[in-house]
Amino acid sequence: MIELSDIRKVFNSGKPNEFVAIDGITLSVERDKVLVLKGPSGSGKTTLLSVIGCMARPTSGRITLSGKEITSLPERFLTEIRRKSFGFVFQQFNLIKGITAMENVILPAYPTGEGFSVLKKRALSLLELFDLSERAFSKVEWLSGGEAQRVSIARALVNDPSVIIADEPTAHLDTKLSKDFMEIIGKLKVRRKTIIIASHDPIVYESAAVDRVLEMRDGRILSRATRQ
Amino acid sequence: MSRFNKQRNILDFTLSSLLRRRTKNSALVIVYTLIVFSLASVLFFTQAIKKEACIVLQNSPEIIVQRIVAGRHDLLPADYIDTIRAIRGVQSAKGRLWGYYFEPAAGANYTLMVSEEPGVEVGRIVIGQGVSRTIHANRADIVPFRRYDGSYTSFEVSDILSSESELVSSDLVLISESDFREMMGIRGEYVTDAAVYAKNKRELFMIADKIKRILPDTRPITKDEILRTYEAIFDWRGGILLVILSGAVIAFVILAWDKASGLSSDERREIGILKGIGWETSDVIAMKFWEGAVISLSSFSLGIILAYIHVFFASSALFEPALKGWSVLYPEFRLVPHMDPLQIATLFFLTVVPYTVSTIVPSWRAATIDPDTVMRL
Amino acid sequence: MFARKSNVFLLFMAVNIFLLALVFGHASYGEKNALPYLRGKAQMVKRIGLSDLCLFTDARYARHPSMADLSTPFQDHPMSLEHFPSGTIITPPPHLRSK
Repeated sequence: MIELSDIRKVFNSGKPNEFVAIDGITLSVERDKVLVLKGPSGSGKTTLLSVIGCMARPTSGRITLSGKEITSLPERFLTEIRRKSFGFVFQQFNLIKGITAMENVILPAYPTGEGFSVLKKRALSLLELFDLSERAFSKVEWLSGGEAQRVSIARALVNDPSVIIADEPTAHLDTKLSKDFMEIIGKLKVRRKTIIIASHDPIVYESAAVDRVLEMRDGRILSRATRQ
Repeated sequence: MSRFNKQRNILDFTLSSLLRRRTKNSALVIVYTLIVFSLASVLFFTQAIKKEACIVLQNSPEIIVQRIVAGRHDLLPADYIDTIRAIRGVQSAKGRLWGYYFEPAAGANYTLMVSEEPGVEVGRIVIGQGVSRTIHANRADIVPFRRYDGSYTSFEVSDILSSESELVSSDLVLISESDFREMMGIRGEYVTDAAVYAKNKRELFMIADKIKRILPDTRPITKDEILRTYEAIFDWRGGILLVILSGAVIAFVILAWDKASGLSSDERREIGILKGIGWETSDVIAMKFWEGAVISLSSFSLGIILAYIHVFFASSALFEPALKGWSVLYPEFRLVPHMDPLQIATLFFLTVVPYTVSTIVPSWRAATIDPDTVMRL
Repeated sequence: MFARKSNVFLLFMAVNIFLLALVFGHASYGEKNALPYLRGKAQMVKRIGLSDLCLFTDARYARHPSMADLSTPFQDHPMSLEHFPSGTIITPPPHLRSK
């Protein structure tokens, strides 16, 4: 589904503080599978996620999404592809404070120009899916950590993307909530979503829902361990 | 349709986002409305007065000839009028007799003017509404006046000028010539100044020039110059506008400065999140545009409507202290409503546009940040 | 239970625009209606031979700006505070400065 070939990402290129975040990664992400990137902080996981998710351009190398080359697309198209194909779950949840959970869920869909009533219905059904119906009209700062996490997953799903990208999703969750999160991931997999998670949390990479774990260090992939 | 929906969606988010800082933003709207209100009030007020002056003073004497002695307006010898009348092109020249009278009991200044209006005869005067109000004088009342030599005389009020004419007549006391001369001690061979009419309106300037040459100690003032005086007073650079405008403009600059001095880290963070979840740079800028537009459009329209009510329904009550100043006799007048679309457009470009721009510009750079910044927030 | 915010705002702006239109309407109607009064006033100006509007009565250069002397002690523009604010508002008439 997503093919990366010889991807390099260099920050501050040519300057004394030049830093190679990703050093020639070739990788193929399979459809409807859960892939975990594991490794210590600074190993390049986050950078790799943002390159896969069309948030950042690689310094060199090619990425194809469903057979289409996307590395050379102009910014505007890239944003559109990102909006349609990828949903993001961030480490800090990154919800917008002061507005309701429902509005937070709709947020990525606003620029699509769909009617408000359609969006609202979709957001409410997503919130219902995550047992958040009663919290739909609460402001996000009143939500617990687990609730905020689920709101951010609902937000990632609002544009019905085929790929979910999650960066250290369990970093701010306790054991129980982390397990709940992986359960949700299992459900999403059943709903035919491709999922890519960066994490160094054993609860994540040892979870039964995960199909494949790649270990990263210094911008390279070390092992190619595949788990069933 | 989807384009319209998109803007409406973005507007929804903008409004939610503005409502988060409810107190701050409503304070902003209130201050902004006040600024537009005072600017618009001044504009409406001065424009209406200018317009009224232009229409009403169209009928003032075509040339008024004053005599200047030692740099001051002095009495004009009556034989000057004969000299003026002899100038070619002059249709008529008439002496005007008028002056000021300070009423010590009320502390008010009147304008005494000799006139042949009905009701004005020896011993009987006609007074303006302002005078009537100040000394509580009504028809048939006897009003005492102090003569030049310190003795007292009194006149009967035979009539009061209409309240509609207050803008020109509020402080007038119309009096007969013999009473005026007797009271002020002005001998028969002098008048205050002379009103001159020309046969051909186009020759006014030439006649004025001739008068100045034949009678070098006089100063002719043409009707155009009278009208121009009012243009100048209520010009945007002049007087009242400048005084009130400067306050408003300073307040506005502070407001805009606060906006333009940059985004808070919270706002920057939010823009980062929006970019991260799939908003384009143009969407973020559209949001910022709406943020400025919502506040400035609401304030603008509210300010204009309130200013209109203030000036044309409430007789510019808030300007009263400014117009009153030290004076005791204060004209109360209702201005004829007048709205100039160009004026409103000017006001729009002076308030809404700069505010909206100053909301967008500082966010421009933040809006172009790379979406992957969100991963590092 | 939950009116869409943009609708509330658009409605608010529509009301405002309607009121602005009303203001314009009222102004043009009032202007037309006032013509007879203005004419009456203009007639009075002509009959009595008036030269100025009665806006301020505190100083003679403020009462009759167009008749003012440049050398009137109180006409020390700007900021002649003896008669405030008329003293700051009334400037010497342009024809005094140009001649």
